[in-house]
Amino acid sequence: MDMKSIYLLIPLAPLFGALIAGLFGWLIGRRAAHCVTIAGVAVSFGLSAYVLQYLLAGGESFNGTVYTWLTVNGVDLNVGFLVDNLTAMMMCVVTFVSLMVHLYTIGYMHEDPGYQRFFSYISLFTFSMLMLVMSNNFVQLFFGWEAVGLVSYLLIGFWFKRPTATFANLKAFLVNRVGDFGFLLGIGLVLAHFGSLDYAEVFAKAPELQNATISILPGTTWSLMTVTCILLFIGAMGKSAQFPLHVWLPDSMEGPTPISALIHAATMVTAGIFMVSRMSPLFEMSETALNFVLVIGAITALFMGFLGIIQNDIKRVVAYSTLSQLGYMTVALGASAYSVAVFHLMTHAFFKALLFLAAGSVIMGMHHDQDIRNMGGLRKYMKITWITSLLGSLALIGTPFLSGFYSKDSIILAVQASTLPGAGFAYFAVVAGVFVTAFYSFRMYFLVFHGKEQWMQKDHHHAHDADAHDEDEHHHGLGPNDKPHESPWVVTLPLVLLAIPSVLIGAWAMTPMLVGDFFKDVIFVNHDLHGAMAAVGEHAEDWYHMGMHAFVTLPFWLAVAGVASAYFFYMVKPEIPAALDRFFTSIGVKKLLEEKYYMDHLYINGFAAGGRALGTVLWKVGDTLLIDGLVVNGTAKLVGLFSNLTRRIQSGYIYHYAFAMILGALLLLTIWLGGLLQVQ
Amino acid sequence: MTWTSLNPWVATPEIFLLCAVCAILLIDLFISDAKRGITYVLTLLTLGVTAALVVAGHEPQARLGFSNSFLADALSDYAKLGMILGVALVLVYGRSYAKARGLYRGEFFTLALFSLLGMMVMASAVNFLTLYVGLELMSLSIYAMVALNRDSFASTEAAMKYFVLGALASGMLLYGMSMLYGATGTLDVFAIAKAIQQGSANNLLVVFGLVFVVTGLGFKFGAVPFHMWVPDVYQGAPTPMTQLISTAPKIAVFVFTLRVLAQALEGFAPDWRGMLMILAVLSIGLGNITAIAQTNIKRMFGYSTISHMGFVLLGILVATPNGYAASFFYVMSYLLMGAAGFGVLMLLSREGFEADQIADLKGLNQRSPWFALMMLFTMFSMAGIPVFLGFFAKLSVLKEIVNMQMVWLAVVAVAFSLIGAFYYLRVVKVMYFDNPESSEPLIAGFDAKVVLSINCLLLLVLGLMPNTLMTVLIDAVQRSIIPGVH
Repeated sequence: MDMKSIYLLIPLAPLFGALIAGLFGWLIGRRAAHCVTIAGVAVSFGLSAYVLQYLLAGGESFNGTVYTWLTVNGVDLNVGFLVDNLTAMMMCVVTFVSLMVHLYTIGYMHEDPGYQRFFSYISLFTFSMLMLVMSNNFVQLFFGWEAVGLVSYLLIGFWFKRPTATFANLKAFLVNRVGDFGFLLGIGLVLAHFGSLDYAEVFAKAPELQNATISILPGTTWSLMTVTCILLFIGAMGKSAQFPLHVWLPDSMEGPTPISALIHAATMVTAGIFMVSRMSPLFEMSETALNFVLVIGAITALFMGFLGIIQNDIKRVVAYSTLSQLGYMTVALGASAYSVAVFHLMTHAFFKALLFLAAGSVIMGMHHDQDIRNMGGLRKYMKITWITSLLGSLALIGTPFLSGFYSKDSIILAVQASTLPGAGFAYFAVVAGVFVTAFYSFRMYFLVFHGKEQWMQKDHHHAHDADAHDEDEHHHGLGPNDKPHESPWVVTLPLVLLAIPSVLIGAWAMTPMLVGDFFKDVIFVNHDLHGAMAAVGEHAEDWYHMGMHAFVTLPFWLAVAGVASAYFFYMVKPEIPAALDRFFTSIGVKKLLEEKYYMDHLYINGFAAGGRALGTVLWKVGDTLLIDGLVVNGTAKLVGLFSNLTRRIQSGYIYHYAFAMILGALLLLTIWLGGLLQVQ
Repeated sequence: MTWTSLNPWVATPEIFLLCAVCAILLIDLFISDAKRGITYVLTLLTLGVTAALVVAGHEPQARLGFSNSFLADALSDYAKLGMILGVALVLVYGRSYAKARGLYRGEFFTLALFSLLGMMVMASAVNFLTLYVGLELMSLSIYAMVALNRDSFASTEAAMKYFVLGALASGMLLYGMSMLYGATGTLDVFAIAKAIQQGSANNLLVVFGLVFVVTGLGFKFGAVPFHMWVPDVYQGAPTPMTQLISTAPKIAVFVFTLRVLAQALEGFAPDWRGMLMILAVLSIGLGNITAIAQTNIKRMFGYSTISHMGFVLLGILVATPNGYAASFFYVMSYLLMGAAGFGVLMLLSREGFEADQIADLKGLNQRSPWFALMMLFTMFSMAGIPVFLGFFAKLSVLKEIVNMQMVWLAVVAVAFSLIGAFYYLRVVKVMYFDNPESSEPLIAGFDAKVVLSINCLLLLVLGLMPNTLMTVLIDAVQRSIIPGVH
């Protein structure tokens, strides 16, 4: 089999599975549905691994068109693949996590009536995501971009009978529209100024357009590169949930947990990071755009971490953690350390998927109670979940030698070396973020797995917060005398399989990805201007030295402090958080965090309500009054008016009638005889 | 005058009809009211024989008679068949209605037959005097028929208005004809055409006469602004008479118009085309708009007729054989539609109850689903909804208009027809969606019900194959009116 067929087969295998499970799921039953989709994704993963191995062994990367969809004004819209190291790595991550999630779903969704539909959706997602990462042009990128958005929408609203789920998927959809609008404008600018939508052609032409300017508002000149990159990045902000377009991600937790792991932690949300890395030749040409990226990432990294501290829903803690980590990746992009961003993307995909799936396992053990205040002491009952969660959390906070450590420390190093104007703030944000991350991660960890079994203390365990699934049929929680059980093997196996890369992959992959030439010819960095990568390279000579060096750096001790304070606050002296809670409530900070910095208020009451108000005005004035009232009904009324008028003329008097006749005859006479007499 | 130039056989159907009317007039004197059925049968029989004679006497080429004042050609023969059918439908639909109101007398039949005789003469006349005599015979009979219900205030008022205004119009027509005579020195249609062609006619006089002739014709068509009599007479006259006024005479007037305008005054086509255009646009516009405000359905039909006649004028003003044929098709189609509409009204009427309000049709579907469906066919056909005959009638006229590069005129006509669809569909809405106000059974005779059903079904059947009727009529017109040949 030649490589092109393999590349074609990789996305098509999951698509085939999705179609079978989606269209014929009712016919073939649950077992066949999960078999066919898992087989599709497994084939895809196997081939992706083969492709990666092939490329690592010195194989040629591929860039070619598979199918020309249409040609407009000399611009070809192609389906094409660009398979290089970056793509191959993404393909492996996507298909591996997807395979784990497929397996896990067998256990997690086994009671759900929408079983086949769910498998169809996640396979369809895998197809879409592969199309996105394998694309060699902007159109297919956009197709994949929208397709993953669609599947995300469908899956957030998977339990579409729940009003909260439909609200959440609508919100995700609308917020992503804002980002996609920018993205589409960016693609439009690329087409307008580069005359092509093919990556290779665009990148080749980029240097000559480096100093090009455009005029958006009359009398202003803007750097073409800056505008294009910022617009493209706005797309990434929507998809990768960067401040201020992050609001949809926490709500997306309304979807089933497996997709939270797959879509909203490991893969789709990192599409923006991937895209910016892919566009590195463009971004490198605009300091302004990079600075913008850096600052947005820093804001997201720090401030979303704060929100993680006050969440009580286990999935929401992980969701805010995801937001914060996406912020870290974006910071790395801004610092021109694209390889580091992608590296963190990869490690994060493993440990965050692990944390989400572990959270799902906990939720199953707790009988669909998601409130961490009702948990505690679960380590005694769910050993595998406990150990894997601990490993995932340790990786997340950057414990030396675990995968998260290498990627996160590299980000901090890169930002430190960055010379952009926003670098100072970004450095503060990512360093402070280490403490915050450690604190909220271990707050959750301790509350869930250690301490007393809280559900046994509650007399009415049904009273918990509104984030839980109120109308879910399985929602019962644990009774005071119940004992949680470890989840079945289809759930724990993926946890174990994900825990392995979460621990090891950082040490294994850091040398080639950070200092080696894994991303040579793929990611372009202007080393003269942006020294961040060089600085990373200096410190990250090899996994052992980098790990040992960590013990004398600030981030490590901040992480230790975070874990220690979480332990102290929630295990030793629970009065302290209560007192702090009262204190922060009294100064209003608590309220600010609970309301998530009022972003939802701004959007719902500001933009959405404003849009609706404008729409109402246009509807009332434009549609009802002008079109309906004046044009449609107005015509009818006018006809009616005329009708009544002409009816009045019919007076019933014979002399009126005769007068009309004579008048008519006179009219004809004047017209024709008058004309004739004039001629004569 | 020699026998050859007299050639009375060209008028065989008319001569038979005249004799038969006289006979029926006499026979009816000796028949008691109870046995009036005999007169009815005799009258229908007479109509049948007359039609048979028309068909039997039909020859491919035109035949002149009575010193070139009477012409039997394809146009006149087909027109006569149409008129006979129209009058027969009046008698069949109107029988129960007339019986219930004391109108079921000999005069009803004989006057109808005399008016038919007048129409037939009009259709064949090629001399202004003959034309005028036919017109007056038709008109006077109809005036009398409108007044037949002598005790009805509305009927007599309608008859009076009709008569006075009709006299005015006749006077104008006659005045116009006298001008044409003055200009050309002849009353013969073909001689006038020849004189105009040779340029021996005084243009000023001809146009002067033309205006008055058009005025008179406009009155008979009921075209705006000579339409004022139409709603009042339609409303006031007993329904069978209304049906008569709105159907058969229109065919006679149509042929009359072709004789005068298309044949005698062919050379002045640019002038009369402009005049007809004014009349047509005003008729289609005013007819459709004013019909909307009507609550009396007979009055509504009056305005509806005005707008339909506007379409007939549109076809004529194209001034090509195809245009005339389209109008001929339209006027024949309208005969079927108008007869069906009034037929349903008479079906709903009974002793002491006159179905003449739109509200009287309320819930017809619950009382008689079949006749509600028939009325629906009629209304759809009148509104010009596709597959029904009325659509193809409108289409053929509009097609000719567009062919003559007068697209704006077609647009105006279509726009007003669209407005007109409102009042036709309102009738349908009332029949199907409103609750009936009365549950009286429909009392009309079996013959009327059968004929009415056939009549309405024809609107659909002919609509499904509109070419059958259209080809025949085009052929008739093309054989009869050859531009430039006199």
